[in-house]
Amino acid sequence: MNATDRLNVLKTYKLYVGGKFPRSESGRVYEVSDSKGKWLANAPLSSRKDARDAVVAARKAFGGWSGATAYNRGQILYRVAEMLEGRRDQFTREVADAEGLSKSKAAAVVDATIDRWVWYAGWTDKIAQVVGGGNPVAGPFFNLSSPEPTGVVAIVAPQESSFLGLVSVLAPVIATGNTAIVVASENSPLPALSLAEVLATSDVPGGVVNVLSGRTAEIAAPLAAHQDVNAIDLAGADEVLAKELEIAAADNLKRVLRPQPVDYAKTPGTDRLTAFLETKTVWHPTGSLGASGSSY
Amino acid sequence: MASVFEYAPAPESRAIADIAPSYGLFIDGEFVEAADGKVFKTVSPSTEEVLSEIAQAGSEDVDRAVKAARRAFEKWSALPGAERAKYLFRIARIIQERSRELAVLETLDNGKPIKETRDADLPLVAAHFFYYAGWADKLDHAGYGPNPRPLGVAGQVIPWNFPLLMLAWKIAPALATGNTVVLKPAETTPLSALFFADICRQAGLPKGVVNILPGYGDAGAALIAHPDVNKVAFTGSTAVGKEIARTVAGTRKKVTLELGGKGANIVFDDAPIDQAVEGIVNGIFFNQGQVCCAGSRLLVQESIQEELLDSLKRRLSTLRLGDPLDKNTDIGAINSEEQLTRITSLVEQGEAEGAERWSPACELPESGYWFAPTLFTNVTQAHRIARDEIFGPVLSVLTFRTPDEAVAKANNTPYGLSAGIWTEKGSRILAVANKLRAGVVWSNTFNKFDPTSPFGGYKESGFGREGGRHGLEAYLAPSSPEGER
Repeated sequence: MNATDRLNVLKTYKLYVGGKFPRSESGRVYEVSDSKGKWLANAPLSSRKDARDAVVAARKAFGGWSGATAYNRGQILYRVAEMLEGRRDQFTREVADAEGLSKSKAAAVVDATIDRWVWYAGWTDKIAQVVGGGNPVAGPFFNLSSPEPTGVVAIVAPQESSFLGLVSVLAPVIATGNTAIVVASENSPLPALSLAEVLATSDVPGGVVNVLSGRTAEIAAPLAAHQDVNAIDLAGADEVLAKELEIAAADNLKRVLRPQPVDYAKTPGTDRLTAFLETKTVWHPTGSLGASGSSY
Repeated sequence: MASVFEYAPAPESRAIADIAPSYGLFIDGEFVEAADGKVFKTVSPSTEEVLSEIAQAGSEDVDRAVKAARRAFEKWSALPGAERAKYLFRIARIIQERSRELAVLETLDNGKPIKETRDADLPLVAAHFFYYAGWADKLDHAGYGPNPRPLGVAGQVIPWNFPLLMLAWKIAPALATGNTVVLKPAETTPLSALFFADICRQAGLPKGVVNILPGYGDAGAALIAHPDVNKVAFTGSTAVGKEIARTVAGTRKKVTLELGGKGANIVFDDAPIDQAVEGIVNGIFFNQGQVCCAGSRLLVQESIQEELLDSLKRRLSTLRLGDPLDKNTDIGAINSEEQLTRITSLVEQGEAEGAERWSPACELPESGYWFAPTLFTNVTQAHRIARDEIFGPVLSVLTFRTPDEAVAKANNTPYGLSAGIWTEKGSRILAVANKLRAGVVWSNTFNKFDPTSPFGGYKESGFGREGGRHGLEAYLAPSSPEGER
């Protein structure tokens, strides 16, 4: 049989919730096309119920993930980079289709994305030393300020940068011990749904990252209003939607990261790491003798 | 309770604080009348005596003050950090010099005991200015990128429970980072902020850098909504905090909110009981319990409940309630009639829901706003007194059996500001502190504050931190390599 006659196997793209790959509970899908309008696949069109299920999964995973050692989280994130490297060609194809890039440009984007995972993998066990520390209290107390993850973070992923942008907003959230619900780019959700397959095979515990595809405004609204979501990253929301979501988020005082112009190609700073961290200060009496109080 | 040793009155002289019969708004370095000529009276909560008549800011005044702050911003932010530092050091020193006067003033206007204003509030106020003064010329080293920039005009709204301390928490970091300020003190406690205006004058602070607008909630709302305000800082109730979060949605305003709490004070069976009792008293009866981080839920291990409650009740019976200016007074007046009504209604609900109410024998003065120290036992997690912030001298006692249960109950609240742990076991302190979802955890102590230490809440207790290096972030535009913001 001639190779050109072979019918290729199409992939059924699915959501990623609680470590499993369900279809949308609504049974709905929508057509995803490449930049020229050619049909690529049917992606799940998530419902509000899918969003709520994802919150339950993310909350359930929070204790274990935030309680894992920073070293362990770093290892797991690095493992994600390893897995991405192995699927480099697949992601290059998907990013090229999604963003209308040439093969070489798409490959460069995938390389940058893998490097970004590695960058954040290295942060897990360092951020506490950079933003935490002991405070020189004027009194017989020892106190220590440490960063802690804020909890469950909903992420409205960037619309244009379907892979590098996605990873640039997701990795810092989970590197710091939060769990995440990602609303993938509405028009280009396929790289995000494929990333889920990588996460599922990279020792990232189920529920730590949950990926939903569909209409951004429809999925993001219940997440912004959800009482068990602690923070929301509005990276991929337009001005009108971002304002609506920020107002909804005020209801339980979610931490809000507003959309801002970002060049995802540049090395990020620590702002996205610290945006989803709380600072806890623990006090304890010391008695009056300080460390240098000895006469020896 | 009659005691073998009675204390003679030891009143501080109120003549130390010279309160004028009326005050204006402080805008652009001048005291001025409100645009619409409105005034309100501030009373002493312990006697209901009118202390002074204060100009009441409206939206027109807010606009004037923001304009003044905007004009002042250009020069103030361009000043070398070392020069800004010297202004703040001056302010810190003047506060120290005038601290006795300010302590008396604060006690008169707020109703809290003089021993608290004198020994807690004022030293901390001076320390905050001193601490942030030192940051003004070291911002490059603060960890917020090279050459971090100020945001512009800061609109700040503060509560009545620590009027001068909250002013210091807001103004010191704002000025150190090069921002200018419009601050609205609470309507029941405007005086110390107006005295602070005089301190700014004495320090030679440039006009318009600090503006003080006494007034009500409408003035605060106008300030926060003002389009030319770049930064909003608020300390107060969670309900108002949520309203503010909605107001600033979709704007570029940076926000920090320090809101309510329902702090759990957890006492394990191996805790030093006498120290724990002192800590519990300090945790909930300091400032009549009108403290956002108050330890208002006592979680006591079941096996020591009886012993602990006996000690606690004995200790409460020795607390002296009365004239806040008396140096021996432990419990002063409730800040306002409105607050007294709120406390009374929540306490009545506690009784109606079946919790058991106890107070020491306690005579309340005839005039003023007073509430006796109160303890509730038989409290369940579902009771309103275990869920709502009462903001008064009311302690709800719950029990637990295991550390896990203590953590689960402590975290069973939408708030996440403070918590306390009492145990002799170091590993238990660390394990429990780790699991508590609260911004400040005191172990074997409670209600300790220091300008070097970040303070602020998780969850619905607000966002952002005040104090320490972390407190600078709220007033700086991050210089992110990701791009311009």
